[in-house]
Amino acid sequence: MTEAPARRPRIMAVTSGKGGVGKTIVSANLAAGLVRLGERVLVLDADLGLANLDVVLNLFPKITLHDVFTGARTLDEAILPAPGGFSVLLAGSGMVEYSRMTPELRERLQEVVAEVASRFDRVLLDTGAGISDVVLYTVSLADEVLVVATPEPTSITDAYATIKVLATTQARRGLRLLVNQTRRAGEARGVHAQLQQVLDRFVTPSLDAPLQLDLLGEVPADAAVREAVQRRELLLEALPGAQASQALLAAAQRLQDSRER
Amino acid sequence: MPQPQAPSPSDATSLQLDQALQLVLQSGRTIPEGEPGSTPWLQGLIDALVDLSSRDALTGLANRRSFELALAREADRVARSGEPALLLMLDIDHFKRVNDNHGHAAGDEVLRSVATALADSVRPMDLVARVGGEEFAIILPNCPAAFGAAVAERVRRSVERTPVMAGPGGSAIEVTISVGGAFAPQWVRSTPALWIERADQQLYHAKATGRNRVQLEASVASLVSTEEREALFETPHGMEEHDD
Repeated sequence: MTEAPARRPRIMAVTSGKGGVGKTIVSANLAAGLVRLGERVLVLDADLGLANLDVVLNLFPKITLHDVFTGARTLDEAILPAPGGFSVLLAGSGMVEYSRMTPELRERLQEVVAEVASRFDRVLLDTGAGISDVVLYTVSLADEVLVVATPEPTSITDAYATIKVLATTQARRGLRLLVNQTRRAGEARGVHAQLQQVLDRFVTPSLDAPLQLDLLGEVPADAAVREAVQRRELLLEALPGAQASQALLAAAQRLQDSRER
Repeated sequence: MPQPQAPSPSDATSLQLDQALQLVLQSGRTIPEGEPGSTPWLQGLIDALVDLSSRDALTGLANRRSFELALAREADRVARSGEPALLLMLDIDHFKRVNDNHGHAAGDEVLRSVATALADSVRPMDLVARVGGEEFAIILPNCPAAFGAAVAERVRRSVERTPVMAGPGGSAIEVTISVGGAFAPQWVRSTPALWIERADQQLYHAKATGRNRVQLEASVASLVSTEEREALFETPHGMEEHDD
């Protein structure tokens, strides 16, 4: 079998070591930013435990992947339009209340991801936090990984642990980092430098090739984010001029630019 | 169909409460204060019965029923708050030998002694339960991953250091326990049954690798060594301190 030509990465997992760092809001607004840049984007809410993309986006009806797997609905019915112009596929907490992947579930999820990847320019997998089987499996379906962290020590530690696990168990050698809720300009660069330095010192020596962490963006702590959540609107639509919106747009631009290379 | 009438306080005198009162008395609890049949008196009796039905008769620890209730509540809380919580499953090593060699009365004494040692080595907010014959469980809410191993080890050592004077002629019986533990999956809705299963797996490992040991499931935090943690937070050169 001949190797297929290296395709441009389509599927990006968005994950975080720790919960509550704004991963879902980052996923949704990055998706909306990519739509503005002309891409067709689908966000798969793979946070099987505490799926909340539907809440953030005020989605209704809530047809889920679980309904597709049980045969109650078709995949086309489950792909929902979201504000911001992207599409959403909700995994639905009904699917894995068990927080465990059966071989059958793995296979079906893989099929669905492959199917939507062929229909869209980009697929974002909004995974759960942590390093459970479900999260690691979902991340393994992606071409690239974005780790979201805040400058808070527990978030940095958990992000570091996640990167380490992905490097050692999935042979990831390049990962992206987005630092959310920063308090001062340039804080993300500090977090990134520190993480890269510790990875170089403790993780890379046991790998066959160096582990590169690429800083995708820095999103400042911004009251606008909370306001959009309270209004149950997408930040980029509700408050496009906000600092956080501009930062997320810049991150989307950077993502697209790096893909063109 | 006629609607059943809500019982008025005066109806309480017609209730058959002898057996309930007898159970409460026999358990060493006091008969509720107040006028028999009055609402406060009935409430006192119900409270005593609730307490009675949530405890293990032999050791006075929480029984399996109240353990399951507390675990479900904790799993739900952790899923929402992301606070770390640890579940320990503990099992007395070679307990059958105690029963076989020293009789069941000595066995009961060992169970009571272990129960006391467990209860004395954790915080008041932790729930210690007897969940089976020689099986115990401890739920530790708000237990940071970095402390989990230390707490479990303290529990193990506390039992090891407490010989039970129930051997022939009041001689000491050496008792040890094996401990398995797992943290609740944070930010993920899971089931209490799965949490128990994960802790039980670790207990199985502890038993299989020699007993009188602690074995905890690896967590995110346990993947980061103290050295790495220090390196992550040391102030790098050229980075100014900032005020919050």
